[in-house]
Amino acid sequence: MSEQPDLAKLVFGRLTWEAIPLHDPILLTTFVAVAIGGVAIVAAITYFRAWGPLWRDWITSIDHKKIGVMYVILGLVMLLRGFSDAVMMRAQQVVAFGDAMGYLPPHHYDQIFTAHGVIMIFFVAMPLVTGLMNFAVPLQIGARDVAFPFLNNFSFWMTACGAGLVMMSLFVGEFARTGWLAYPPLSGIISSPDVGVDYYIWSLQVAGVGTMLSGVNLIATIVKMRAPGMSMMKMPIFTWTALCTNVLIVAAFPVLTAVLALLSLDRYVGTNFFTNDLGGNPMMYVNLIWIWGHPEVYILILPAFGIFSEVVSTFSGKRLFGYASMVYATVVITILSYLVWLHHFFTMGSGASVNAFFGITTMIISIPTGAKMFNWLFTMYRGRIRFETPMLWTLSFMVTFVVGGMTGVLLAVPPADFVLHNSLFLVAHFHNVIIGGVLFGLMAGITYWFPKAFGYKLDPFWGKCSFWFWTIGFYFAFMPLYVLGLMGVTRRLSHFDDASLQIWFQFAAFGAFLILLGILSFIVQLVVSFRRRASLADTTGDPWNGRTLEWSTSSPPPVYNFAFTPIVHDSDAWYDMKKRGHVRPVAGFVPIHMPKNTAAGFVLAVLSTICAFGMIWHMWPVAAAGFVTLIVAAILHTFNYDREFYIPAEAVLRAEDARTRLLASHV
Amino acid sequence: MVSSRAIGYLLVLSLSCTMLAGCDMVLLRPSGYVAAQQGHLVVLSTLLMLLIVVPVIALTLVFAWHYRESNAAARYTPEWDHSIQLELLIWSAPLLIIIGLGALTWIGTHTLDPYRSLTRIDAKRPVPDDVEPLNIEVVALDWKWLFIYPDQNIAVMNELAAPVDAPIHFKITASSVMNSFFVPALAGQIYAMPGMATSLNAVINRPGEYEGFSANYSGAGFSAMRFKFLGMSPADFDGWVQKAKAGAELSRGSYMQLEQPSEREPVRRYGGVAPDLFDAIVNRCVDQGKMCLREMMAMDEHRPSGGRPARESIALNLGLDAAVCKADNSAAGDLLPSVYRD
Repeated sequence: MSEQPDLAKLVFGRLTWEAIPLHDPILLTTFVAVAIGGVAIVAAITYFRAWGPLWRDWITSIDHKKIGVMYVILGLVMLLRGFSDAVMMRAQQVVAFGDAMGYLPPHHYDQIFTAHGVIMIFFVAMPLVTGLMNFAVPLQIGARDVAFPFLNNFSFWMTACGAGLVMMSLFVGEFARTGWLAYPPLSGIISSPDVGVDYYIWSLQVAGVGTMLSGVNLIATIVKMRAPGMSMMKMPIFTWTALCTNVLIVAAFPVLTAVLALLSLDRYVGTNFFTNDLGGNPMMYVNLIWIWGHPEVYILILPAFGIFSEVVSTFSGKRLFGYASMVYATVVITILSYLVWLHHFFTMGSGASVNAFFGITTMIISIPTGAKMFNWLFTMYRGRIRFETPMLWTLSFMVTFVVGGMTGVLLAVPPADFVLHNSLFLVAHFHNVIIGGVLFGLMAGITYWFPKAFGYKLDPFWGKCSFWFWTIGFYFAFMPLYVLGLMGVTRRLSHFDDASLQIWFQFAAFGAFLILLGILSFIVQLVVSFRRRASLADTTGDPWNGRTLEWSTSSPPPVYNFAFTPIVHDSDAWYDMKKRGHVRPVAGFVPIHMPKNTAAGFVLAVLSTICAFGMIWHMWPVAAAGFVTLIVAAILHTFNYDREFYIPAEAVLRAEDARTRLLASHV
Repeated sequence: MVSSRAIGYLLVLSLSCTMLAGCDMVLLRPSGYVAAQQGHLVVLSTLLMLLIVVPVIALTLVFAWHYRESNAAARYTPEWDHSIQLELLIWSAPLLIIIGLGALTWIGTHTLDPYRSLTRIDAKRPVPDDVEPLNIEVVALDWKWLFIYPDQNIAVMNELAAPVDAPIHFKITASSVMNSFFVPALAGQIYAMPGMATSLNAVINRPGEYEGFSANYSGAGFSAMRFKFLGMSPADFDGWVQKAKAGAELSRGSYMQLEQPSEREPVRRYGGVAPDLFDAIVNRCVDQGKMCLREMMAMDEHRPSGGRPARESIALNLGLDAAVCKADNSAAGDLLPSVYRD
């Protein structure tokens, strides 16, 4: 009899029925809803007999376009989760004054703000950015896929599995209660002995592998696979920003992996890197995490800048003003982003000269950023501006982002930071640049490239609804936080004594409601556009009168992207081809060499997740088994020599003929 | 479209203005000289940046409207993408602003360095030569604040007081996790971190009751980790000290009880403080069985670079298991005098 509990403990580690939050009505309701939704989706897939196509055409696909789309879907699904967290925080802060403690105890509230930050950065912004880069970059440089197609699939599934682990923490155990960067000693084993921080660590470690490999992949793609004639200074700006972003990823993410590994060692084997005692120093963690964390900000914003550059130029019908200075500005930002990390903790007692140095390096970044802003302005100058939805997002960005940039530079002045650090002013600032910069850019990019990916445009009416709700909602949600920050209100509070603050939180909650309408409008837009896809169809492959190579192929592009690799003479390659009367080749096709789908990426990612889950719950045999099978599966995959095939010339001819007919029927 | 956006902004702006009139922006109207200078810098920097931000926003709206597709009267130059003069302007305009702001930052950061002793009580009055700052030692506990007045030999939990126009020197640490010591009306914040001591110099110029709190999330009791900061006349402050004198002594033992996590504790006053308590907290050896960080570091420094003797490594484990060393304290005794003080 006494053997029984020990065996259960060996197999299940810390995992007991206690970990399932049956006692929490909020979580229980969510779980029931998610379960019903999940069953409905599984039933629908079964009903439509979609399992086979789903496995063959998507899960095992190594096509960069499909992987890009899957990244974007992942990001949008996680946006719903992250936004739910935001709504719960807004709802708590709008009621928890004086004697009213609100509906969320700190134990739950603290998990929510941690999860909100982690999800929005790692599992919304990152997948959306990576997804758009994955989709657009090979098309923009005239390539047929990325440099390492299998790795691309593997990267995606690692990211998705990391997101899966975070979602799992909702219903099995709990998430970290530490804030999104999990500063020790709070995240150490003494203050956080339960599984929350372990979920945090392992979901980021699993997803981090994916991000890192995808960075390597895109750098190799951009450096080695550009169409002939496309020198570095003829690359589209989005490709430039993607290159810089991936350089940042490759240089910064290993630091995150290392610092989380050190924290794991502290937690699992009792080392003392970041503990209070025996020579540990938590400030080392703070330094290391921000050495990753600050470049991370630019990892997100640079591709958004790239999207705005493409959009402004396309919808102004004009060459991008100051291409060279745009490129240099991007590169300068890339380099400078490594020299500013200390501005996140001026208040930890560094000397005045150190603080002043990091404050000034931070401000210097605003010079290239300001130059970019003027370049966009002068691209519009003497243009013919079409107010399509992507352009609206861009204009709203230009107005909103300068405000966020200004408050950011203000925070870089150390004496100002001493009063503003960790305040709601700071919260308003980074939402101002992340929503007003990154998110608006991603929305512009999704709307811009959607017809390329699916062959029909998104419905403009609902797109504009979404745009207006998001823009106005943003101002209502975050301008009050600037004010509250100046009133000395700090972040991450789940309760307030001073009832006079309540009105501002009511404004902010109303803003969150408007943003909710914006998100709903976007979902309606997807549905309406799908139903009206015949009338919104893009038959030309060039719905916006575009300028770069992705618009030269059909929408959606054939699996091989380009029947013949284009030859580039200008930075606006497709504009240049159109201007010189480019004639699309209709004969003389040759077989095209392509990579073959594989299940290896999905299998490896699932094994990693099992290993991580075992580590989180101290299920040592499960973790060990997961790790060993992971290694074995990876080795076995290297013996798979059947990785490529040729698309026969006749198949290419059939596809291109179909396009020729389509084009002819719509002239 | 643009005009409806403009109306939206106007609406938000006018609403904000009416609202702002009714609220207390403590950062912009503080009661301490240091915070006042910091608030002043916030305003000055913002104005400096508005020099470029306002034209950019205005130009965005003007260009977007003027060069709209339907405006056939606007010039259209699809190939025009370069101008040396404009490029010079767009790089130099932000550069000039940043040179100005950078200079402001360099000077401001040095003059407002929290470690620097105050030279002025307020804009008009320098600190008299014979005035020594009031020393206050701040300890962030889970989840309450302990303020030790070493010169007065008192300690108060969750209430802080100082006489107006007297320079204050804070030494700040924490017991277990990171917090940030912040009284917005008095001066900018500084982190309170275990095993480390930070400093802050400040002065309060107006009597009153001000809010103080932790500005860095520190766990479940964080929201209620607040205290009142009282700016008092010197006579009132003496009365406040006397009130504390009536309390019991804060011994090492009672500190270790205090250290246990608790929330929403009432104000408590201690009429005496164990000697070197703050120092022991920073060195993490309030429990006299534990080795102080200071000694640990000294030992590490003097250790030969090669392997270390077995007994020393036992001594290093003191923090975890004091009993191990108490069995035989003769050998390590020379190195570790203070561990065995009692």
